[in-house]
Amino acid sequence: MFDCVVIGAGVVGGLVARELTKYNLSVCIVEKDSDVAMGATRANSAIVHAGYDAKEGTLKAKLNVRGSEMMESVCSELGVKYRRNGSLVVGFNDEDAATLHSLIERGHKNGVKGLSFLEREELVRLEPNIGSTVSCALRAETGAIVCPYELCMAAVGNAMDNGCELKLGFRVEGIEEKDGVYRVSSSEETVEAKTVINCAGVYSDDIAALVGDDSFSVRPRRGEYMLLDKECGSLVGHTVFRCPSKMGKGVLVSPTVDGNLLLGPTAEDIDDKTDTSTTADGLARVASLAGNQVNGISFGKVITSFTGLRATGSTGDFIINSPKRGFINCAGIESPGLTSAPAIAVYVADMLKNDGFALEKNDSFNGTRRPSHYFRELSEDEKNEIIKQNPDYAQVICRCETVTAGEIIEAIRTNPKPTDVDGVKRRTRATMGRCQGGFCTPYIVEILAREMGVPVTDITKSGGRSYINVGKTDKGKM
Amino acid sequence: MEKNNVKRADLVIIGGGPAGMSAAVAAYEKGLRDILILERDDALGGILRQCIHNGFGLHRFGEELTGPEYAYRYEKQVREYGIPFMLNTMVIDVDGNKVVTAMNRECGIFKVEAKAVILAMGCRERPKGALNIAGCRPAGIYTAGTAQKFVNMKGLMPGREVVILGSGDIGLIMARRMTLEGAKVKAVCELMPYSGGLARNIEQCLNDFDIPLLLSHTVVDIHGKERLSAVTIAKVDEGRRPIPGTETTIPCDTLLLSCGLIPENELTKASGIELDRITGGARVDGDRETDIPGIFACGNVLHVHDLVDYVSEESVIAGEAAVRYINGEKSHGMALKLVTDGKIRYTVPQRISSAEKTKVYFRVSNVYRDVKITVKAGDRVLLEKKKQKVAPGEMETVILTPDMLSSCDKDETLAFSLEDIKK
Repeated sequence: MFDCVVIGAGVVGGLVARELTKYNLSVCIVEKDSDVAMGATRANSAIVHAGYDAKEGTLKAKLNVRGSEMMESVCSELGVKYRRNGSLVVGFNDEDAATLHSLIERGHKNGVKGLSFLEREELVRLEPNIGSTVSCALRAETGAIVCPYELCMAAVGNAMDNGCELKLGFRVEGIEEKDGVYRVSSSEETVEAKTVINCAGVYSDDIAALVGDDSFSVRPRRGEYMLLDKECGSLVGHTVFRCPSKMGKGVLVSPTVDGNLLLGPTAEDIDDKTDTSTTADGLARVASLAGNQVNGISFGKVITSFTGLRATGSTGDFIINSPKRGFINCAGIESPGLTSAPAIAVYVADMLKNDGFALEKNDSFNGTRRPSHYFRELSEDEKNEIIKQNPDYAQVICRCETVTAGEIIEAIRTNPKPTDVDGVKRRTRATMGRCQGGFCTPYIVEILAREMGVPVTDITKSGGRSYINVGKTDKGKM
Repeated sequence: MEKNNVKRADLVIIGGGPAGMSAAVAAYEKGLRDILILERDDALGGILRQCIHNGFGLHRFGEELTGPEYAYRYEKQVREYGIPFMLNTMVIDVDGNKVVTAMNRECGIFKVEAKAVILAMGCRERPKGALNIAGCRPAGIYTAGTAQKFVNMKGLMPGREVVILGSGDIGLIMARRMTLEGAKVKAVCELMPYSGGLARNIEQCLNDFDIPLLLSHTVVDIHGKERLSAVTIAKVDEGRRPIPGTETTIPCDTLLLSCGLIPENELTKASGIELDRITGGARVDGDRETDIPGIFACGNVLHVHDLVDYVSEESVIAGEAAVRYINGEKSHGMALKLVTDGKIRYTVPQRISSAEKTKVYFRVSNVYRDVKITVKAGDRVLLEKKKQKVAPGEMETVILTPDMLSSCDKDETLAFSLEDIKK
């Protein structure tokens, strides 16, 4: 029996689990997919929002501002890349300027520091490539960028290092409660726990319904993105949003912590919680909106496009409540969910305390984790020291991103352990470069098979039946 | 490891494929001995190792060889001459002073100070992301070359029911390969109204196996959550936009992409060498010397070739010129600039710095019939060559003789154009 079971290994579930391991609690995360960070965490804007957006007085506003303040130190503890690049909300006319002023006012009410209003002249000095028709901007100095799935993997990994268990491929199908013990079951297994934290993203309404809570619903909102080659990563320094107006919300144009340029998202409410396909219309829309905000985007340099599904709750605010003693919902965690996640984790722990659960400090908790990208940042001499011990660190597998066999093997052996090619990709950046795995996929397949002790034909792209190869060649004719 | 991890070599060649090996052999035959080939893979031969089909070497050796056979002709020479090479060695930097930084298991990260460098890193395939096809991102989508590696090098089948997008040569070759391995290739879709591959490959790889080539078609949607289940294709108009209402969905578990090759010039770019926007490779003179003296480029890293025979030919030029450079004999008497009219997309070389005989390679931007290739210096016609048909998929050449070149002013512009022959 666990003290806590966390349903969903996204960034919220990961940080909640890690927070709970700071106390003398036994914690287990159950996750339906074959890896962590597979829902909205995998595909979002990767932004730490300053906090001027959310309406004052809401849980969103409170947790956004608190999360934004916490993010830098959380990332530093977990060895996750974080960059306070600042954000700009650009306007095109007087009406936009008025909206920006009201956003600044709202930001002040929310307690956001470092907000200012810029006229075009000043803006162009800051960002020479800003769109030709942009007339003004809100600057938020505390806006930042982070890699969301890296944060999630690090949080889950650190939680595991502190004793948390992770059960992958565990799709929750039933929850029963009897005498204060919850029995959480998949089709194959049942875990028992005194408390359940529902961090199931777009599925959090379905999970809540399993304990009879149908007070809210969650709808997936599709957002399509394009990622450009690192050549384009310095086109803008800030994250550039469009001022919300009756013309719509626009998209963001942002550098990423890895040096690429990210464009998106669209916003489209859909019904299918699994539909992460991109559409020609959506991508065309992203391109056209981004082109208004920033000049000189080379759309020929798109290296991939993807879709994320935001978990949009029916109440308009984050739904963090306890419909039943020992059961806590973290639902409707749409934007600024990533930013808020560290604050949500603390908020959940406080809820448990307030509900009378004993949370004693875990004196052996170690909140730090070595960055997954530590090797690439070493000096040549330091690298050579490691290579002397283990020559795998001198064998380049991914040529575009210069990822070595040593780094890939280390990632495969580090919690939370990847079991497929995309899992290796998210941990090491192998296949993420401009050739998109053309050269290195066959090698990664071999390393994974060797490390996992399975035939190469068992290796998948992303779990389930997503096999890379369907068998061996057997016809063999010339 | 050597002290301080710094080595020296007269000539460092980056890449041990057909280009690098040809250049090394040519340099050796001109008397140079202190040569070092750095190869990232675990054997010499480059991409030819996985090209197990025949059709290589007709120009160079007068016989039809498979890719590995062609590569081995050069590897044998490299070994016989005792030219040093390092395998599993990845070059991570080349600087303007010709210091090459590389890494491998034995030496860790090390530097080689060279008198001359030849860039021969080859090219890579354009990936799916660059095509920006909408839809899902299931397993089962590979570039044709990745599939070729799985099938020919690893003995693995990437799929059973295949659609190929793009009619580049690797796509055509893989249509045949997959068919021979028991897969069903349902269609090859080509965005353009003509194929980007060699005519002989269309004949031998598609027509001989009744595989349909759908010109002016593209993939507009990708289906399947875990593994690919189908693709939707559509006809495109003259602006290459899909025509609504022409969509057809083809069930398949594999989509292979053969949508063009990109010279692999990350090292070149980082070293500050000027690149040609159209070829994607360095801008070079007749000796294949880049704008950094002593750094040369040849083969697919310079511009994408359709025949390896031409790669070898070009690499001999670079290899021999590197020796002249090292010996202080390279002449820079002229600065002729080569320009094109758009119908001719590019030339290699882009400039000529001596009046020696120069073979100019170029590609056209569309299929043209009954044309003449004209080279003019000012108003003077230096050369005219008639062609019944030229196509983007087939590289063309002309030879500029010492007589023609020495008749030019030393900084004149040579204009390459394609003109209709009136009938």
